[in-house]
Amino acid sequence: MKTSRRQFLQATGSLVVCFSLPGCAKQSASGAGTTALGNRILINWDGRVTVYPGKVELGQGIGTAIAQLVADGLSIDIGRISLADVDTDFSPNESYTYSSISIQQSGPAFARAAQIGRRHLLQRAASMLGADLLDVSSVDGQIVLRGKATNTSYWTLLREANTHDVVDVDDVAVDLQGDADVAVGNSIARLDIPDKVFALGSFIQDIRLPKMVHARIVCPPAERATIATYNVGTAESMSGVQKIIRDGNFVAVVAQREQQARLAANELSQSIEWHVAGDLPDAQHIHDWLSDTPSTVSNVVGGSAKPIGSGGEKHSATYTRPFHAHASIAPSMAIAFFRDGQLTIWSHAQGMYPLRTAIAHTLRMDVDKVRCIYKQSAGCYGHNGADDAACEAAAIALEFPNVPVRLQWERADEFAWEPYGSAMKIDVSADLDDDSMVTAWNYDVFSCAHTSRPRDAANAGNFIYAQHKANPLPIPAPRSIPQPAGGEDRNAVPLYEFAATNVVKHLASSMPIRVSSLRGLGAYANVFAIESFMDELAGARNVDPLGFRLAHLGDDRAKELLTKLADVSGWSTRPKGGTGIGWGLGFAQFKNLSSYVGVVFELTVAPSTGRIELRRAVAVCDAGKIVNPDGVVAQIEGGIIQSASWTIKECLQFSKNQITSRDWASYPILRFDEIPQIEVHLMQRSNHKSLGVGESAQGPTAAAIANAVSHACSQRIRNLPIKASAYDKIVS
Amino acid sequence: MKLAFTINGQEIEIDVDPDTPLLDVLRNDLELNGPKFGCGLAQCGACAVSIGGKSVRSCVTPVRAVAGRLVVTLEGLGTADAPHPLQQGFIDEQALQCGYCVNGVIITAAALLDRNPNPTEAEVKSELAGHLCRCGAQPRMIRAILRAASSAAGQK
Repeated sequence: MKTSRRQFLQATGSLVVCFSLPGCAKQSASGAGTTALGNRILINWDGRVTVYPGKVELGQGIGTAIAQLVADGLSIDIGRISLADVDTDFSPNESYTYSSISIQQSGPAFARAAQIGRRHLLQRAASMLGADLLDVSSVDGQIVLRGKATNTSYWTLLREANTHDVVDVDDVAVDLQGDADVAVGNSIARLDIPDKVFALGSFIQDIRLPKMVHARIVCPPAERATIATYNVGTAESMSGVQKIIRDGNFVAVVAQREQQARLAANELSQSIEWHVAGDLPDAQHIHDWLSDTPSTVSNVVGGSAKPIGSGGEKHSATYTRPFHAHASIAPSMAIAFFRDGQLTIWSHAQGMYPLRTAIAHTLRMDVDKVRCIYKQSAGCYGHNGADDAACEAAAIALEFPNVPVRLQWERADEFAWEPYGSAMKIDVSADLDDDSMVTAWNYDVFSCAHTSRPRDAANAGNFIYAQHKANPLPIPAPRSIPQPAGGEDRNAVPLYEFAATNVVKHLASSMPIRVSSLRGLGAYANVFAIESFMDELAGARNVDPLGFRLAHLGDDRAKELLTKLADVSGWSTRPKGGTGIGWGLGFAQFKNLSSYVGVVFELTVAPSTGRIELRRAVAVCDAGKIVNPDGVVAQIEGGIIQSASWTIKECLQFSKNQITSRDWASYPILRFDEIPQIEVHLMQRSNHKSLGVGESAQGPTAAAIANAVSHACSQRIRNLPIKASAYDKIVS
Repeated sequence: MKLAFTINGQEIEIDVDPDTPLLDVLRNDLELNGPKFGCGLAQCGACAVSIGGKSVRSCVTPVRAVAGRLVVTLEGLGTADAPHPLQQGFIDEQALQCGYCVNGVIITAAALLDRNPNPTEAEVKSELAGHLCRCGAQPRMIRAILRAASSAAGQK
C-alpha cells in the first residue's frame, strides 16, 4: 500500500518504552512523542526506532552496543535504530558516563526493555489476529503466525491502532527469555563511523548557529593568580571586538569572528598584569610532598594502619607516577545561548544533568531555565576542561544575550587548566616464606584526589569560573571515592590471596595542582606497583613471574586468563634476561569487580642509550558476555597504546609558578612510528554478565612495560615515566 | 580583501582578512567539517588539508597563501556514495575511536598514496609521525591505509 504525503503527515502511532536505573533519578513516563522525558525506546509507525540513552558516546562505541541490544530485544534490524544525544529536555538522567559501567548498567536494562516492548507488540498482533500469544512471533518487525509470515508488522499495528502506547518496564515484574542473539555477540560495524570519515557533522565543533559570535577566555597564568593591574590595552578598539567581560579574575572577550576573538585575547593577555601565588610544590620532589603533606589516612584492608609482619624474608619498594594530562586532541569548547531568561548550552562534558545543576547554581539560575545538550568532541578519557568551558560559555552568554556564543579554549588553555590525573606514591613491602609464598603484604598509597567533578550545587566550586568570579564559590574539600570502586585506592587491594594483607590510603588534604578523574584513576599506578613488585618478589626467588602469580591466585577466571595469556604470547619461549630484549607481564581485574586484562609486552632497550622500543603487546581480556567483540578489542588496543604513552613518555611539567606543559612539544605523547604491534584475545564467557572494558588495560600495560625493561636490561625502574640508562648487555 | 581559490573542485571568491588562518575560513566561512582545530600550532595534524596535492596544516596557513591554489578537504576526497579508497578502508577496518584526528590522517595518507601508491608499513608510520591520535587507533589506521593502497592497486 502506497502512502501519500498527506497520509504520511497524518499518520501516527507509536510505542514508547520507559524504565529507570538504580541510583538514577526516576522520571515519570510522560507520554508519547520524540521529546517526552523518561522515554527510552520509541518505536514509530514508520519503521524507525529511536533509542534515548542516558550515557553518551565518547568514541568508545557505547551507542552501537546499546543499539545491538535493542535490535535483538525487539528482533529488528539494527539499521532501523537511531540514537538520540543526551538532552536535559528529554533524555533520561543517568548522571555521568564514567567508570566503564555503561554496558554493565544500561545494557541489561535496554535489552529487557526492548524484549518487553516486543511482547507488547506481539500481544497487539495476537489480539488482532485472534491468535494465541505463543503462536505469534516477529522477524524485523514483520509478524509471523505459527511460522508463516503475515502481512502485518509492528509498524502497521501501530499505525492502524493510531495510538501512542506507553509501557513502563519498571511496572513489569517478570523477565522474558530473549530470542537467540543476532546482533549481540557480533562485531557489528560502529554506527557513527561513516559520518565521521565523510565529515558529515558528527562533532560539537560542527554546530554553527545563526548569528553565532566567538569568545575566548584570558586565562590567568596559574591557579590562585589574581589580577594586579587590569588594563585592556588596545583590545577594546580591535576589529570585530563586541565585548570584554571581567568578573573578578575571570576575563573573556567576544568578537564577531574567531580570529578577532583570538587576537583580542592575546592583546588582553599582554596587557593584564597578574599576581602569581608561586605556591606549587617542587616538581623534583613531588612524591616527597605527597607523603609529607597533611592527609586523611584510612585503612582500606587489614584493620589497622600499622604494618604487619610475619617473620619471613622482607622485601620493600617505592613506586611513583607523575601528574598526567588527559590531553584530548580537541581543546574544550562549548556554545551557550541566553534569551528570554532561558539558557541553552551545547557541551561535550560527560554528564549533562550534573552539568546543568552545577551551572544553574554557579550562575544563580533556576535549574528549569537551563538546558544542556550533549554533542561529541574528541575523546576525553575522563574529566577534562569540557565542564569548565561549558560553565564559562554560559557565564559569557548571560553577559552577551540573544545570540549564540561559541567559546573555544586554545591548546595552551587546555594543557594549563584541565584537571590532571594525580601524581601518586606507593610504598609496598612483603614477607616471603621458604616456599616463595607471600605471608604478609603492607601497602601505603599517597595521592591527591581522583575526582573533582562539579557534580552538583555543593561541588560547583570546582568550576574554574566559580573560583575566579568576583564572589567565588568555596572550593570543595578533596573527596575520596569509596571502595569497592575506590579513587586513589582503586585496585590498591591485590587480587592475590596473601596470608595477611594491609592496605592504607593517604589522601592529601590540599590540591595545589588541579586534579580529577583520568581513565582508570588510581588503578593505573596501583596495578603498576603491585604487578612490578610481584615481579620483583618472583625475581628475588628466581621463579617464573607468571607461575608466582598463579600460585597466589584463587580466582578461577583470573587463573584461566593468565594460563591463556602464557599460551598465546608464547611465554615459555621468552629469551633469557639481560640481552636487550625484554618480555614483561602485567595483570589485573579492574576495580577487582570488572573485566580482567593481562598484557605481555615485548620490547628492546638499546645498550648504548637506554632507548626503549616497543615491539609487541599481546593481551587477553575477560569481559564476561561480550556485546561487540571488535568494540572490546578496540578499547583494549587503545588502552594499551594510551597507557604505553603515559608509561614511557608522559610527565606534566610545572615550576613553582605555573604549569609549563602548554603544548605537544612540552607534553609529548606516543607517535605513529612508536606504536607496537598489538594482538588482543578475548575469553568466551557468554554465561557471565557483561563487564566494562574502557579502563582495564591501563594498569597491566604499565607493569608489563616496567617488567619487560627489567627483563631486557636488569634495570628496575620504579618511577614513571620509565627511562632506562645505557648498560652492558649480556651476549646470548 | 577578495581572494579566489578552488575548494573541493569549486572555484570560490571570498572577502576576508588575508591573515585569517585558512582553517577558520574553511570551518567558519565555508562551513566545512573535515579540517579540525586541535592546537593552532601545526603540532597535531587535525587541521590538515590538501593544497596542490600536499598535506598542509591549515591552522598556521594564512588564507592569502592559497590564492589561486587547489584546496581539498576530507569532504572533497569522497562521499558516502563514492568513497575514496581511504575512507572505505577506514570503515572496513573500523579505524577510529573518537574520530577527531581522522581528517588529518586521511589527508596525509592520500598525499602519500598519490606519491607512493604501494608504501610499506614503515613508510606509512613514518609519514604519519606528525599526526597525533590520543585514542590509540593507530594500528587500525595503518591497516586501513595499507588496505586502501592494495584496493586502489587492484583497480588499476
